[in-house]
Amino acid sequence: MTEGYRGVWVFVEQKKGEFLPVGLQLLGKGREIADRLGEKLSALVLGRDVKDKAKALIGYGADEVLVVDQPKLEDYQTDLYAHVVTELVQKERPSVFLLGATYNGRDLAPTVAGRLETGLSSDCTRLEIDEEGRLVQVVPAFRGMASILCPDRRPQMATIRPGVFRLPAPDESRTGTVREVQVDLETVENRAELVELYLQEPEGKPLEEAETVVAGGAGIGDLEGWKLIEDLAQVLGAAVGATRPPLDEGWAREDQMIGQSGKTVRPDLYIGIGISGETQHVVGIEDAKVVVAINNDPGAPIFKVADYGIVADYRKVVPVLIERFKKLKNTG
Amino acid sequence: MQILVLVKAVPDPERANEITLDPETGTVKREGIPLVINPLDRNAVEEALRLKEEKGGTVAALSMGPPAAEGPLREALALGVDRAVLLSDRAMAGADTLATARVLAAGARYLGDFDLILCGAESFDGGTAQVGPELAQFLGLPHASYVTSAREKGGLLEVEAKVEDGRKKLQVRLPALLTVSRELNRPRGLSFSGIVRARGKKVEVLSLADLGMDPSRAGVAGSPTIIGDISTPTTTRSGEIIKGDPEEVVDVLVKKLTEAGVV
Repeated sequence: MTEGYRGVWVFVEQKKGEFLPVGLQLLGKGREIADRLGEKLSALVLGRDVKDKAKALIGYGADEVLVVDQPKLEDYQTDLYAHVVTELVQKERPSVFLLGATYNGRDLAPTVAGRLETGLSSDCTRLEIDEEGRLVQVVPAFRGMASILCPDRRPQMATIRPGVFRLPAPDESRTGTVREVQVDLETVENRAELVELYLQEPEGKPLEEAETVVAGGAGIGDLEGWKLIEDLAQVLGAAVGATRPPLDEGWAREDQMIGQSGKTVRPDLYIGIGISGETQHVVGIEDAKVVVAINNDPGAPIFKVADYGIVADYRKVVPVLIERFKKLKNTG
Repeated sequence: MQILVLVKAVPDPERANEITLDPETGTVKREGIPLVINPLDRNAVEEALRLKEEKGGTVAALSMGPPAAEGPLREALALGVDRAVLLSDRAMAGADTLATARVLAAGARYLGDFDLILCGAESFDGGTAQVGPELAQFLGLPHASYVTSAREKGGLLEVEAKVEDGRKKLQVRLPALLTVSRELNRPRGLSFSGIVRARGKKVEVLSLADLGMDPSRAGVAGSPTIIGDISTPTTTRSGEIIKGDPEEVVDVLVKKLTEAGVV
């Protein structure tokens, strides 16, 4: 079932005609994979009036941009997008197919994989090619990392969260082709129709760009404790991050989650408080320059991935830290 | 309305830190940790019960898992579902999301026709968010993911679902499958009368043979993906523990951070 499948594809999602950064990040990674395989890298773009912009993707590493430009494809709609992508995959037979793990990407990928009955891994944090030319899809799993392979079916599909791979610097001198492809959507039923999109401006500086991050976990215990996290962040001019439990408790917002199913941060300083240090979280802080952990459990795995650890009740330490940083700020 | 709700048995999230990976076998070690209904599947159960109370009809709960997954299904019965079915067979073990979805599709077809299928958007342990949409493909149903509100109106579902920095409103034709978010509702707790009522009900257990399904389509055999190496992440950080009372540790820490030039 793997015969005749060649090439690396990246789905580059657009919103209101603008390409999402995750698609460009995946072109950077896709380029490495395609070079390793000695195969072509193609960017796949669906949208309305996107033809002219598609050329820019060549600078990010694509050898070829496949464009399906139709009014009906202006916004993501499952049935229409899945139909187009499935048909093109069946016709063009890529061996590797990467998609950004946005809400839409996480909807499109399993829909296409389900229709093609092929393998899909989600939220990969590393992608490699093994000696047999297969895509090794590395995902964090319960204090470890698991490599997933899709040996007998093609394409080998994977989703990757925004920010996991770095944005490549565009190279205007790169050459490649833009190929517009026609797909007939007349007979495709749009059974889950988009009626309206409500978008808000995101709050504050994005977590993934912050120079300092203060993050809290389950060990914070209550909303009052969470206030301490926010106070420390404020005095440091830091962004607030979280693991899953503070989200479930309603202390933190979803866009504050760090880790495999959240954001990857690259600050100079990361302070993790009341965080045990599960792999799913830790993969999101690997690129921090200095990691500080405060936790009352000396056995918490976070201490193994920290530069400095403080084994203590955060309610005793954090207020002292806040006072000290306030003083530093006033004298500094 | 005939509603099917998918219930995954997952290790109790409260005890998640006890779960480890076995590097030898590549399987999840979770011995001794009780199985519960996957948190987002509880939202799915709640929505199913709410719709039944509003529109009438029945709610069936379906799961694929080991015999121990009966526990969470009993809980679903106690919450108020009318029927609970467990697909359990040695040949179903080790399934990836595609093989899981294929078996669940066979189970859903076996149970009859449904107007609506509900499940959590993602599981607490796997977290892939793939089984719902994949199942919808096997059943040929439209679907919406990460749903935050759903209302039936004139044979259509008016649905709100998550996107980055906002929401989208969709109109979904029935029958359909929805994967649901935490924001959808507040799941009810177990009641004493519910527990008593559930005592009289049984969890039906079905095998691959009952479903008339070829074992090569299920479990490890039917899974396109395999797990290769398992590794434990290595770190290059020093892991220096700073000791003392709060004033002392803060002194040392602030000095170190200042020296490193990060504050």
